[in-house]
Amino acid sequence: MSEAVRVRRKLAFRNAIQVAGMLPILVLLGIMFQLLSGWVEAGNLSGAWAEGRFMSWQNLSIVMQQASINTVLAAGMTVVILTGGIDLSVGSILAASAMVAVIASKLEGLGLLGIPAAMLCGLLFGAINGALIAFMKLPPFIVTLGSLTAVRGIARLIGGDTTVFNPSLPFAFIGNGTLAGLPWLVVIAIAVILVTWFILRRTVLGVHIYAVGGNPDASRLSGIKVWAVILFAYALAGLYAGLGGVMSAARLFAANGLQLGQSYELDAIAAVILGGTSFVGGIGSIWGTLIGALIIAVLGNGLILVGVSDIWQYIIKGLVIIGAVALDRYRIQGSARA
Amino acid sequence: MAPILEMLGISKTFGANRALCDVSLTVIPGEIHALMGENGAGKSTLMKILSGAYQADPGGQIRIGGEPVVINGPLAARRLGVSVIYQELTLAPNLSVGENIFLGTEPRRGGMIDRAAITNACTPLLQRLGVSFTPATLVSTLSMAERQMVEIARALNAQSRILVMDEPTTSLSSRETERLFDLIRRLRADGLAIIYISHRMAEIYDLADRVSVLRDGSAVGTIPRAELSAETLVRLMVGRDLATFYKKDHAAALARGPVILSVRDVGDGQRVLGCGLDLHAGEVLGIAGLVGAGRTEFARLVYGADRGSGTVTLDGRALHIATPRDAIDAGVVYLTEDRKRLGLFLDMSVRENINLGVIGRDAKGGALLDFAAAARRARDAIAALGIRVSADMINVGALSGGNQQKVLLARLLETKPRVLILDEPTRGVDIGAKSEIYRLIDSLARADVGVIVISSDLPEIVGICDRVLVMREGRMAGEIGGDGQPVTQENIIAIATGADESAGQQAA
Repeated sequence: MSEAVRVRRKLAFRNAIQVAGMLPILVLLGIMFQLLSGWVEAGNLSGAWAEGRFMSWQNLSIVMQQASINTVLAAGMTVVILTGGIDLSVGSILAASAMVAVIASKLEGLGLLGIPAAMLCGLLFGAINGALIAFMKLPPFIVTLGSLTAVRGIARLIGGDTTVFNPSLPFAFIGNGTLAGLPWLVVIAIAVILVTWFILRRTVLGVHIYAVGGNPDASRLSGIKVWAVILFAYALAGLYAGLGGVMSAARLFAANGLQLGQSYELDAIAAVILGGTSFVGGIGSIWGTLIGALIIAVLGNGLILVGVSDIWQYIIKGLVIIGAVALDRYRIQGSARA
Repeated sequence: MAPILEMLGISKTFGANRALCDVSLTVIPGEIHALMGENGAGKSTLMKILSGAYQADPGGQIRIGGEPVVINGPLAARRLGVSVIYQELTLAPNLSVGENIFLGTEPRRGGMIDRAAITNACTPLLQRLGVSFTPATLVSTLSMAERQMVEIARALNAQSRILVMDEPTTSLSSRETERLFDLIRRLRADGLAIIYISHRMAEIYDLADRVSVLRDGSAVGTIPRAELSAETLVRLMVGRDLATFYKKDHAAALARGPVILSVRDVGDGQRVLGCGLDLHAGEVLGIAGLVGAGRTEFARLVYGADRGSGTVTLDGRALHIATPRDAIDAGVVYLTEDRKRLGLFLDMSVRENINLGVIGRDAKGGALLDFAAAARRARDAIAALGIRVSADMINVGALSGGNQQKVLLARLLETKPRVLILDEPTRGVDIGAKSEIYRLIDSLARADVGVIVISSDLPEIVGICDRVLVMREGRMAGEIGGDGQPVTQENIIAIATGADESAGQQAA
């Protein structure tokens, strides 16, 4: 075996480990919840696996649906964090877009317009974030902290601070229907992941996103339009948040500007970080984010199955996020030394 | 005298790469032992083995004071009397000098840190070093030179017998360097063994009692002070003679081609004041000057990296350059002097770094990456520039300085530029890569590209340039070589310092 081949194999292996990242944790959590939920049922460990309810097809489908909206938000967040930024406003944008979606869905005969209207609404808010950051050179944290609050206000304003309903929502199938056995929510989440992967890994823009996050000064000097990359990242995060708005409106047949999407941005950020994306930008993958979002959903679902109280769910979720990332650090250091 | 340190038959492999191969090094007390070699020759690896950061492959032996020792970590090294002062200092700036000196070995009294003991121990130490600060001074208020003194004090406090210094003068002024050298000589007189790593020949002449040279992971020789000469050192380091070092085979200045780049009245109103130049096809034009004369600022204005006034004409066509993108599209590229901060993407692969400027041109349908083209370009560039890397998917951050510089050059060359502006193209680059970069510049000139070289390295300017412009205080102060008069270091310095106002005629 030639030296070049050996080095290439080593790099491929390391790459695989990086992509797999948190996958072992996800699998471990799944096994643990299967055993624990079975133990709760059967009362002993010997029959626990067979009795477990976690790994039933029905429950896994629920987990994926629960993960879907966060996955979509986290995909946009991944792109933003890869450029070295952060977007705190996605939860609020989701709420505003959901309001727009439900209100537009009431248009006689044109109800399906609610989908593009909501996505356009998200795109618009995202583009405003991006423009402020790219052209006025304001820090992303500050800009999106501002829009977190402002867009939340707008979301309440849109519906006159009430909950808007549409019991005959023309796109209700998105929230409740299936496509070839897969829930539409899951289909959309998978599509978003694939599109994001394609942008990041198959296009010039994707390379520029990594470059801007890795070294903004060098990016400018090597002729990359840094402003365009940043504008794109926030606009995409906004667009995905708008899509998230459609998804959540379709599930609930309703939207509420005050409550919808509260602290969703934190779950999205947690998914990205669990997925191994570097907070300073330039390093990370969309597959990691998918696994991160699934871990968060599995935790939520599994703890309920096992019968852990709401309060303890919060505590355990928080600790698992910190612990998983700590473990990841340790693992990366270990492999670098080897 | 019996050696204090013997490293015998040390080898070290990283995966498939052999960093050190059967290297031996013997150091006696009271000597300054210089360690030289290109970047990537294995100096740092050898020193990291000595300091316990790496473990050598089985088979070698380290003896300190004649006793075989095992150095399995930084603490073990410290206990055995080995201290290393790295280029990047390892002090905590928010702590005091005394706290830094005792970092990790704080004297305690009943579980509390014993500040009185620290002060008592540090005061004589700092007096011995002849410094003006006290143990209570905050490290963040000290200059780089003073921080280095704190590092040395820390080593002395740990009763070190072997002191390794890795390019300690990189960030020091010449006066600070003098003071450091005085101190190093005093430490030698006290019987310390000092291993001194440096690229600068002048320092080696000044200090070293013996010089050991590494090349490609092997020890190629140890020479005593009496036999020290530039020729011997270069030959040992490169395996080649000095005469062929600078390369200038392209046509001489007087046979140059037509003007391709014309710059007029470029300035930013502060550091660059109405500068201009004419660059001919196939010419290597040097821009010399003191640090702060405005050379880099001038280049950045021409390249569109900063905003300013003035006109730039390429092949008779007036260019409108507002951003680097415009300059690159027009065929003018700029190599930054700070490749890590402003040039490379250290977390990205060699292949991605080489292709970054042209992925847009290669893209299918204007947006989709062409992986085959990228792989081909990377393969060709690695071969053409002699970039030493085992696979092009390795991150650029893992390469030595010289290879990093070649990757950055490769990125510029992929855009097929008409004009290259190279800002300190060989700074922090080992001697082998240097000579390869000179050869590259020469071959570009022969291919009728115009090359501008900004450099503070006078022998380099004299060695490779056809014509030299000298900048002083934001202006083009003079031109040498255009009318056939020889380019020498002396006439460059005369203009750069303003020592001889009438020597240079106004350029542009």
